[in-house]
Amino acid sequence: MNYTALAKSIFRGDRKAAARLISIVEDEEEGYEDAMKLVFSGTKGAGVLGVTGPPGVGKSTLVFELAKRYRKNGKSVGIVAVDPTSPLTGGAILGDRIRMTDLAGDQGVFIRSMGTRGGTGGLSLQASNTIRILDAMGCEEIIVETVGAGQTQVDIMGLADTVVVVTMPGTGDEVQSIKAGLLEIADIYVVNKMDLPGAMSTAADLKSMLNLVDDWKGWKPPVLLASANSGRGIDELTGSIGGHRSRMLDPVVSMERRSKQARKEIFDIITGQIMHSIASNIQADELDAIVREVVEKKTNPYDAARKISIAASRTGKPPKAL
Amino acid sequence: MARKIRVLIAKPGLDGHDRGAKVVARALRDAGMEVIYTGLHQSPEQIVQTALQEDVDAIGLSSLSGAHDVLFPRVMELVKKNRMKVLVTAGGIIPEEDIPALKKCGIAAVFGPGTPIDDIVKFHKERLSQKG
Repeated sequence: MNYTALAKSIFRGDRKAAARLISIVEDEEEGYEDAMKLVFSGTKGAGVLGVTGPPGVGKSTLVFELAKRYRKNGKSVGIVAVDPTSPLTGGAILGDRIRMTDLAGDQGVFIRSMGTRGGTGGLSLQASNTIRILDAMGCEEIIVETVGAGQTQVDIMGLADTVVVVTMPGTGDEVQSIKAGLLEIADIYVVNKMDLPGAMSTAADLKSMLNLVDDWKGWKPPVLLASANSGRGIDELTGSIGGHRSRMLDPVVSMERRSKQARKEIFDIITGQIMHSIASNIQADELDAIVREVVEKKTNPYDAARKISIAASRTGKPPKAL
Repeated sequence: MARKIRVLIAKPGLDGHDRGAKVVARALRDAGMEVIYTGLHQSPEQIVQTALQEDVDAIGLSSLSGAHDVLFPRVMELVKKNRMKVLVTAGGIIPEEDIPALKKCGIAAVFGPGTPIDDIVKFHKERLSQKG
């Protein structure tokens, strides 16, 4: 595969080339890192909006409404929609598009569905590279929709400029889960399905929780009501997103956020390289034997891990260079 | 990482029956594939654009309304126009006498009512195992 030619096609806005490279990256084909190095240098700095929240609260419908607003303002839009991969078969049903069918024929919109493929933080491990490819292809606004997220699925903060956490009324437990897990990462809260009873009290709960924090350092997350299905509250949401974005123009704020994100990505790559070097330097049966020793209590997990690390480095072969 | 087979299950036209399409989607999922479902009422243009963005290896077209002889060839026309390497199959209510014309325009297989679900899975696995 000629990655230079492929990258050049993407820089020219070739949608088919972009779609192909996303697959190559998802499949982690040999040398995909080289292609991503080229793409990295060609990104133009698209705005990245993350949309997360529990299953069934209306994330896809909300993303669809936001994308329509961006289109009305003449922006080209990329959407990355992540759905869970089966831990048993590796298969997946990617169904977020069903809520966005009106966008399917629009040449100014590019929607890509991804399975999590082992990503545990609510995203695919290759979501950040997919965003870069869409950016390099010319998408001006990129929206990333996570899987229906629980308490610890907060990877979206690692790649979005603005994170919207969506919830809905009538589910007290849901608010509890937000309190415990997603509180720190939301830049904007949306209580969707505002026409259902209890919407005001859900919003009030969130607001009072936010009031417990004294210093928000210049940005206190607003709590908005919306009904994505009927388009209510979307203009207010786009307004808040715009407000948060202008806040991100502050070089100090932006540097802090982007440094955290870059640091996390670099360490994720290192972890991946270590895992890769273990997989390529240890035979499966050797690994099985060590695992069995732990199960049979002949050794403990710590000594077993040490044994595997030593075995992984014994060939002296450095991790695959990037 | 092993290459993952990606399949688009599509409902062209005004037909609203998608039970069969969902059953096939589920079976392909259980066979370890990534299945994207378009939802109902898609135009051939929308289906081919979706297939292009999703970089799928196969498209499964489902129609039970009798419009297959117009919609399916139009999909094939657009696939060729975009120079896409993609396996296209069909399912639903397709009269026997319409099948030769569909195959002639490039539909690789037609799975009518009563087709064992394993046959559909096997067909895709065999035809797509040397992806690339």
